[in-house]
Amino acid sequence: MSKEIHLQTPLKSEDLKKLNVGDKVLISGTVYTARDAAHERLVKLVQEGKELPFDIQGAVIYFVGPAPAPPGKPIGSAGPTTSYRMDPYSPILMDAGLKAMIGKGPRGQKVVDSMVKNNAVYLAAIGGAAVVTAQAVKSARVIAYEDLGTEAIRELKVENFPAFVANDTQGNDIFKIGVEKYQKK
Amino acid sequence: MREINVSEIIPVVKKLCIDSNLHIGQDVVDKLKEFMEKEESPTAKGILELIFKNHKMAAEEKMPLCQDTGVTIVFLEIGQEVHFVGGELTEAINEGVRQGYKEGYLRKSLVDDPVIERVNTGDNTPAIIYTDIVPGDKVKITVAPKGGGSENMSEVRMMKAADGIEGVKDFVVERVVESGGNPCPPVIAGVGLGGSFEQSALLAKKALLRPLTEENPDPVYNEVEQEILQRINKSGVGPQGLGGTTTALAVQILHKPCHIASMPVAVNIQCHCHRHKSETI
Repeated sequence: MSKEIHLQTPLKSEDLKKLNVGDKVLISGTVYTARDAAHERLVKLVQEGKELPFDIQGAVIYFVGPAPAPPGKPIGSAGPTTSYRMDPYSPILMDAGLKAMIGKGPRGQKVVDSMVKNNAVYLAAIGGAAVVTAQAVKSARVIAYEDLGTEAIRELKVENFPAFVANDTQGNDIFKIGVEKYQKK
Repeated sequence: MREINVSEIIPVVKKLCIDSNLHIGQDVVDKLKEFMEKEESPTAKGILELIFKNHKMAAEEKMPLCQDTGVTIVFLEIGQEVHFVGGELTEAINEGVRQGYKEGYLRKSLVDDPVIERVNTGDNTPAIIYTDIVPGDKVKITVAPKGGGSENMSEVRMMKAADGIEGVKDFVVERVVESGGNPCPPVIAGVGLGGSFEQSALLAKKALLRPLTEENPDPVYNEVEQEILQRINKSGVGPQGLGGTTTALAVQILHKPCHIASMPVAVNIQCHCHRHKSETI
């Protein structure tokens, strides 16, 4: 636990198999933003066999709806949103090639099982530390669903974006392990 | 009687929207520090340090503490001697919200139809407004932006008198612990006891406005708050649900009389980004 590991996108199964829950990762490269409304549209495209607005092979999706960018900044505050709302959609996207999700809060068993099956991971960013997180974002542009406002899909270029491995490719769950460790009777 | 032109309300609401989203209260900082000293998990300590860094950077960079700048809850305490002139009070408040969220680069997080269309209203209006009529000729305005993640973990339960205070304690502990990492712990639990179905929920929300460093003035309920808090912090949930001894910073109770057949209990969960600012005109 508690190693610091650099990850470069697009992610490969070999890189992800080395990760263990509790490891701190620093992600560099491209990350795509999507929340509830964008997930609904992405999954519909997958189910209809249509092309997605970005290459999902080895991709990272960040569950975030950023605040508007103030003048001179690439993005506004940009911390994670609660992930369980994306649980119905995530396994379908992992089957299509998605390799990592960034959010906050625990995931359901079906999502954890899908991560094991697809050699994918779930990373926890720190909710409510949204200004700190935004510092890792070097540029942002809307690539799809502009009508959704903050919920549009953005392509973020990130450098050393900090997160913790919450679910690894072996099915371990930090939300269970971490809590049991500090539980008192 | 004192006349207040509603146009005076607009800049106050605008300022409170921006201030509350950029500057955390000193009581929250003090409580976080108190808990960080006792925190047993090194990861949790690291997260709490990051939260302090975020407080500092939000103020310096003039960016909101959290991207979820919330639904804008506005509490008004209106002196009964006040007569509003010059337009509609509700519209003035919404105009203040509109201006504050635009000029403060705050996120617009409301959809119009809650179920079917879910199209963003574009300016974070309408605000959710609660008014109390009080003695005097002043108006106290409180703006409390509320994020969706913690609000989603809140609950109203119509309990039985036979459940007693032990039933209430169990419910509050269960609600916070089962929420796990979802509502951005460390949280504050606002608890509303009594009243009616809807009044208990409003009491729970108003309970959150008490400064975290102030005790409940009622010694019996103060003891109940402390016991619930200790039980929550034994759960191991910790900051962000990653494990630790800091799951909640405070439990705050407000109570009111209720029907002989009822015992409504509401728990309103508040994330660590606990935002509210007030001004009196």
